Amino acid sequence: MVDAVVIPLLKILIVLNATLVAVTYMVLLERKVIAWAQSRLGPMRVGPYGILQPIADAVKLMIKEDITPVRADKWVFTAAPIISMVPALIVYAVIPFGPKITIFGRQVSLYITDINVGLLYIVSVASVGVYGIILAGYASNSKFPLLASLRASAQLISYEVAVTLTLVSVILMAGTLSMVGIVDAQYNQHVWYVIAQPLAFVLVLVGGLAETNRAPFDLPEAEQELTGGFHTEYSGMRFALFFLAEYANMIVVSSVVTTLFLGGWLPPFPNTAPLHFLYAIPSWVWFFLKSFFFLYVFIWVRATLPRYRYDQLMRLGWKVLIPLAILNLVVTGIVKVMLL
Amino acid sequence: MSQAIAFYFLSACILGFAVLVITTRDTVHSVLFLVLDFLFVAALYVLLGAQFVAAIQILVYAGGIVVLYLFVVMLVNLKRPPEAHQDPHRRTNWGLALSVAVLVELAIVGGYSYARPAPAFAAPSPAAPFTGNTEQVGWLLYTSYLIPFEVASMLLLVAMIGAIVLAKREL
Repeated sequence: MVDAVVIPLLKILIVLNATLVAVTYMVLLERKVIAWAQSRLGPMRVGPYGILQPIADAVKLMIKEDITPVRADKWVFTAAPIISMVPALIVYAVIPFGPKITIFGRQVSLYITDINVGLLYIVSVASVGVYGIILAGYASNSKFPLLASLRASAQLISYEVAVTLTLVSVILMAGTLSMVGIVDAQYNQHVWYVIAQPLAFVLVLVGGLAETNRAPFDLPEAEQELTGGFHTEYSGMRFALFFLAEYANMIVVSSVVTTLFLGGWLPPFPNTAPLHFLYAIPSWVWFFLKSFFFLYVFIWVRATLPRYRYDQLMRLGWKVLIPLAILNLVVTGIVKVMLL
Repeated sequence: MSQAIAFYFLSACILGFAVLVITTRDTVHSVLFLVLDFLFVAALYVLLGAQFVAAIQILVYAGGIVVLYLFVVMLVNLKRPPEAHQDPHRRTNWGLALSVAVLVELAIVGGYSYARPAPAFAAPSPAAPFTGNTEQVGWLLYTSYLIPFEVASMLLLVAMIGAIVLAKREL
């Protein structure tokens, strides 16, 4: 009873709450890092160094007036933010934060579940997330959101192809689709896949930036051209849901990249005996450190690079990333067959 | 028991959404019900223990093909005035005839298989050396069903080339 119901429910509760807190603090981190990059201070008023700013933001968004445009498609308009948020959250079910550990004499795994098709589950759930954006644009019944949502969905579909093709070569290396299995494979093969698959690593990172609509691929939210983006007509908490979904997706991409390429919860050089003292640091700390690094990279890139033009974005996706992904897949296949 | 309850619940949802797909006036809503339908079909696959097929169902149908439907529906304005008058009964008659034909066919197939349980469709495949769901699907595709699999991929290739030729004004 305890193993079948209580512990999974507890894990879901912890992961969901931790995600939402992490997401709100990601917003603060982003504002701070960008401010520092531009020689500003960022939020400083609420709490010491603006540390309570996310709480103030949340309160503000919750008590704001919630407006539904008169000509909007009411049902779809309400459903769209929910449709964006739910896939971003249920993906966490298969992300392994650590291996099985013993807490109070009971074996507990630091992931909610480990399914045979873990990576495929993440890809397919992420592909449903695009509906939130399309429907938001459509239901607003307004020009700019519609344009933005068409852009966004074209972008998501294009980059989904590249990312999924690239993931196939990682699956080929690991020989499994299970997220835990992929980490174990990196342990058994004595190599992080960032070293074995550097091209795939770059492709997934670039594709991940595009999939989360982040700079330099944040065309769906190009303020100068689209007066905001697909969420122009949204206000209050519904707008906040889109915002939270974007940051939750960033955390998902960081976690997935960490798991696939940086050995998940493993410390650096996990099989080298002189470095075994690194196991003194708990596994989940390694996982969070690596994920945090990628989250920082996301913000860093936004503060550094200008936005792509739309045709450049499409050209990069179809003429550079996809051919490279196929090349990488072919080379991985040949090497794998020759070495075995 | 719980399996049966889940099965009947999912089937009822699938049928209900399928009816909504064809009865809803607003085309976009109808496409959305189709997505829900596909998601519940995926849940049915999970119930059957076919997680791989379920994930592919969501990835390809719910996440891929229906997005294109939605594009077409949103870009092609379907709120145009009705076409020139046609005899409405002609279409109704055709529809009735077709549905009766399908019904009779279903009844024959159902009665036949009820009277005589069908033999196994394919020759028993060599025992798969894998246990995982995905591995077994891959094993079957590349052993027992190699030729249908290759024919299907050929068909997709032809369709892709056809689409490119049609879409490109000049090559």
